[in-house]
Amino acid sequence: MRERRYGWTVAALWAAVVAILLLSLCVGRYAVPPGTVVRVLLARLFPITPAWDGTVETVVWQVRLPRVLAGALVGASLAAGGAVFQGLFRNPLVSPYVLGVSSGAGFGAAAAILLGASAIVTQASAFAMGAVAVLLTMFIARFGRDRSQVTLVLAGFVVGSLFSSLISGAQYVADPATRLPQIVFWLMGSLASAQWGDLGRAAAVIIPCLVAVTVLRWKVNVLSMGDEEARSLGENPAEMRLLLIGLTTMATAVSVSLAGVIGWVGLVVPHLSRWLVGPDARRLVPASMAVGALTMMLIDDVARTLLTAEIPLGILTGIIGAPVFAVLLQRRRSGWE
Amino acid sequence: MDVPVVDIQDLGFSYGEAVVLHDVGMQVRRGQVFAIVGPNAAGKTTLLRCMERVLRPTTGVVRFEGRDTRTLSARELSRTVAVVPQAHAPVFPYTVQEVVLMGRNPHVGVGSAPGPADVEKAREALAALDMLELAGRPYTQLSGGQLQLVLLARALAQEAEVLLLDEPTAHLDFRNRYMVLDRIRGLATGRGLAAVMTVHDPNDAMQYADRVGLLGEGGLVATGTPEEALTAERLGALYHMPIEMLTDGSRRVIVAGGRG
Repeated sequence: MRERRYGWTVAALWAAVVAILLLSLCVGRYAVPPGTVVRVLLARLFPITPAWDGTVETVVWQVRLPRVLAGALVGASLAAGGAVFQGLFRNPLVSPYVLGVSSGAGFGAAAAILLGASAIVTQASAFAMGAVAVLLTMFIARFGRDRSQVTLVLAGFVVGSLFSSLISGAQYVADPATRLPQIVFWLMGSLASAQWGDLGRAAAVIIPCLVAVTVLRWKVNVLSMGDEEARSLGENPAEMRLLLIGLTTMATAVSVSLAGVIGWVGLVVPHLSRWLVGPDARRLVPASMAVGALTMMLIDDVARTLLTAEIPLGILTGIIGAPVFAVLLQRRRSGWE
Repeated sequence: MDVPVVDIQDLGFSYGEAVVLHDVGMQVRRGQVFAIVGPNAAGKTTLLRCMERVLRPTTGVVRFEGRDTRTLSARELSRTVAVVPQAHAPVFPYTVQEVVLMGRNPHVGVGSAPGPADVEKAREALAALDMLELAGRPYTQLSGGQLQLVLLARALAQEAEVLLLDEPTAHLDFRNRYMVLDRIRGLATGRGLAAVMTVHDPNDAMQYADRVGLLGEGGLVATGTPEEALTAERLGALYHMPIEMLTDGSRRVIVAGGRG
């Protein structure tokens, strides 16, 4: 019975993902009717004579589609990362940023912007520094007295603080007329500049990582029993955890370098998903990806339609995420005791 | 005579200079419940941990079915020995069935999840302990006794010959304590498992064990049947208190003596 209910939930979630994807292609400053959107998309596959304006083609295909897909990819990646991290650290309050990847990436981007680098170099620098921050966290945790997950989380906090200070330093010295707004805008997160090339590069890393995490996801259950029990169940917890952290961190770092620091999604979406399908990672990880994708697309729709100017995503995710999380906590339906 | 399932020879363990265990030798056969009895800090848990291979013995060997544990991979070991932990703090409200299914991990490939056959094994394990009707319940909502049985079912799903239990009755009330001990005994005799458990109360060993190892200051003071090993003199010396043995002719009860 439970299996069947789960089947319907998953079908509904993926139907919602497709529906919101189409909706997201319609809305914006330049509204396009759904029928036209579908025809523009189908024209790529079938010989349909265009009965629409060239602007429509550009808006749907060149501007919105890469942006919407990037949103879906980033949302799925952050949410899956959160679901995996919460299981691995046996702590429902961690997000994929807990090891300092977001602060590291933020500093990488800020430094690149400060030096006047191009968008692609900024992305690369963000990714590289995000990876450096996580490696530094791992390195510091190795010197910890015990090699528990708590040490790792604390080390992540230390490294995150360090890079936050460096970000502040970069902002302090940045030219307030030109560079500073750029840095601030990047840090608050945006999908506005996402183009096919960016999407392709990000997808080339994120999709393989998500596939691997999906294949390994049942091990998250075993590891969530704690190291000692996982070991007596025949698992090598240190190795498996390292592998899973590596895969999720890689996906997170690429997401951050593409879309900036988008908070809350990695924390709240796994809770929402646990409420929908329960805590078993076999269901939770795929469900989190779907919920993360549609959440991110919806938030981005709000970001580009609510006001005449774009609203940074980080602001919206915080404004929406905090009350949602509060309600989940209050209802105790978030799937943990 | 068949090979003992558990065979420990000259086992010793030290933390640096401090000797925790020395010269421990014991055998457990198929279908037997072996109880390790002793005061706090006598090394009961350390002995169990050496058998689990969580701790590496300083001297001696632990063999399961004739195989030295040092030569086994983590996976092989987990197919031979299943552990029921003393304290388990649930974090996520997995269903009872999902928890028991984790016991199938030693039999599931790295890149895959348990299949229908594994679900069947998990449900069998639950059925063996009369817990099947709880399969869909979140295991965070169970009583202490039920939780202990779920962990026992998970160990059963591992299909290991050896069952290690660290104070299986530590957090249980009067009734659940006997219920759990009764189930452990039933599994050992019914399925031919070798069960090794540490117990606080010598009465648990007296009533439910086939063999007892009395542990004092890191060494086995006595091994044998409960009646042989658990004598008033030995227990009195070990716990530094007067002990009396009461009997109704067939059963024996160990009580604190010297009160008149």
